[in-house]
Amino acid sequence: MITAEQKPLNEIIEYITPYDRILLVGCNECVTVCAAGGRKEVGLLASALNLHFLKQGRTIDITELTLERQCDPEYVEELVSEIDRADAILSMACGCGVQTIAERYKEKPVFPAVNTKFMGASESQGIWAERCRGCGDCLLGITGGICPVARCSKQLLNGPCGGTSNGMCEISPDVECAWCLIWERLKALGMEKRYEEIMEAKDFRPAGGGGPRKIIREDLSL
Amino acid sequence: MKNFEPEIVAFCCHYCAYTAADMAGSKRISYPSNVKIIRIPCTGKVDAIHIMKALEKGADGVYVAGCLEGDCHFKNGNTRARYRVEHVQKYLEELGWEPERVAMINMSAGMGEFFARTALEFTQKIKQLGPNPIKIINTDKNQKAVS
Amino acid sequence: MKTESKLEKVLASGALAVTSEVGPPRGAIPEKVKEKASLIKDHVDAINVTDNQTAMVRMSSWAAGVIIKQMGLDPILQMVTRDRNRLAIQSDIIGAYSMGINTMMCLSGDHVKFGDHPMANGVFDLDSIQLVQTVKKMRDEGKFQGGADIKSPPKMFIGAAANPFADPFELRVMRLAKKMKAGADFIQTQCIFNLDKFEKYMEMVCDRGLDEQIHILAGITPMKSAGMARYMKNKVPGMDVPDEVIKRMEAVPKEEQPEEGIKIAIESIERLKEVKGVHGFHIMAIEWEEKVPQIVEKAGLFPRPVL
Repeated sequence: MITAEQKPLNEIIEYITPYDRILLVGCNECVTVCAAGGRKEVGLLASALNLHFLKQGRTIDITELTLERQCDPEYVEELVSEIDRADAILSMACGCGVQTIAERYKEKPVFPAVNTKFMGASESQGIWAERCRGCGDCLLGITGGICPVARCSKQLLNGPCGGTSNGMCEISPDVECAWCLIWERLKALGMEKRYEEIMEAKDFRPAGGGGPRKIIREDLSL
Repeated sequence: MKNFEPEIVAFCCHYCAYTAADMAGSKRISYPSNVKIIRIPCTGKVDAIHIMKALEKGADGVYVAGCLEGDCHFKNGNTRARYRVEHVQKYLEELGWEPERVAMINMSAGMGEFFARTALEFTQKIKQLGPNPIKIINTDKNQKAVS
Repeated sequence: MKTESKLEKVLASGALAVTSEVGPPRGAIPEKVKEKASLIKDHVDAINVTDNQTAMVRMSSWAAGVIIKQMGLDPILQMVTRDRNRLAIQSDIIGAYSMGINTMMCLSGDHVKFGDHPMANGVFDLDSIQLVQTVKKMRDEGKFQGGADIKSPPKMFIGAAANPFADPFELRVMRLAKKMKAGADFIQTQCIFNLDKFEKYMEMVCDRGLDEQIHILAGITPMKSAGMARYMKNKVPGMDVPDEVIKRMEAVPKEEQPEEGIKIAIESIERLKEVKGVHGFHIMAIEWEEKVPQIVEKAGLFPRPVL
């Protein structure tokens, strides 16, 4: 899923201070799961903003709304009935959601309330870790199911470097060395031989080096 | 605001703090009437939004009173509550509010006296902090409107 | 001979090679490069010129290498993949070769986190093994990494690094084999303090017959003090400093510790000379270049062969 974290309140406040009527929009997908921008967080942020502005002696009108999926024009359409009443939109979705709104409601300013972080998985309750960079050419089949692009600090395709100690990365004792993990996994799978095959220089075109990426499925598009 | 009498919301767990309050009552140990008790099945049921809404509606202080650490009737509801209180405190700090306006307190059902003492101490602390900043502003505004 | 490299010639002659290094200055001070190179010029076959080492900005290894070349010496151009993509890498190789540099070290480089620009984006378009492949392809096939022909391709003698002490230990020899397969001609190792472990590593190298296909230069670093020994043990990732070495440094008074450090370095060289597969030494005297001649002489590696 796409993970996100709420921006510092100061930054959010600075964005919306010039406006009186705010449409605060959450998303029911990834940001709900990582507790950054779902219905609950929308309520909490609205409350925090109320506390702030009430303390200034100012009442602002915050409409709370959480869409099924903010990165989908069909759902973003649901804002139509609310949009006229709003001076600005504050989005708690990832960058994709913010942009879908911006594209649909061109006349209204839209501000992000979260920082979109990475594609990650939940390691345990409350902990998410990066697992995929969306490089467009998945290597997991030959790296024992552990991604060196997302999880090696140097994105080495032929690691580990000389900086590993006790299975940890040189950048921090809290970061696991991806190549140590890969090696352990290859061993467990009886695929040690694979390690000695050199992985050739990566083609970065599918990773975005060729410009913004797009998927077109003609069988699905209308 | 000379005779400031704070309004305090106490979310009290049915299995401990609420019973402790009851015991304080039956033992005739008095505690400030500023504290308004809301009975909850477990402090794990208290979400950050409940605390925020209480402040938004004008509470001067909010505390969550749950079982002693390790003694939660539902395993770890009180630990979760502590994290949530800390989360709200961080939020308040970011907003420039005193984080001490909210607190997590742990006690057992038998601690009637402790309940009363805590209620008193928390009330005194909030008296020192003064009213909820929202109330000050809005009272001033109303007074200006009258004059 | 694959190249004009002096290091290649020394190694081919069967003599033990000696290299050392010069870290370029953090400013436009060409004199500093000359000064450091002069200190070691008669005692080494070639001089590594580090490339923004520890991820701190310095005079480019390329330019400092040219300064050293103009002194009539033989620089080894270190190149890290952290700071350049494959276009910049290949153009720098052509540039350096055009200025007479014919020997290279291919590295990934310390993570930017450790340097003075931790906010920078590490490039890592290639890794060190892919860099070795690239340089080899340029030399042997006369082609760029992307496949196009090179007019008058650069002929670099190709070096790579090995750390016999980083873990997992069992991977270390396989990794060396991988670098060799990619096209590395010689290896300079991480500083060796744990000689027993290194000897075990070399045994494994020889068991696979790798010593006949690649030249290994053992990394030697003289320690200035017991404090430095402790620091290297505890703070430098992938470094193996046994407690005996630290104890030995601590056992002598502070003012004699530098001398003890040099003694340890010399003894290490003496012992490693006998190890099968060790074809030379790479002496990394960090900000202590003036001691290199003494070490080389006392270790019986002087005079250097004239070819």
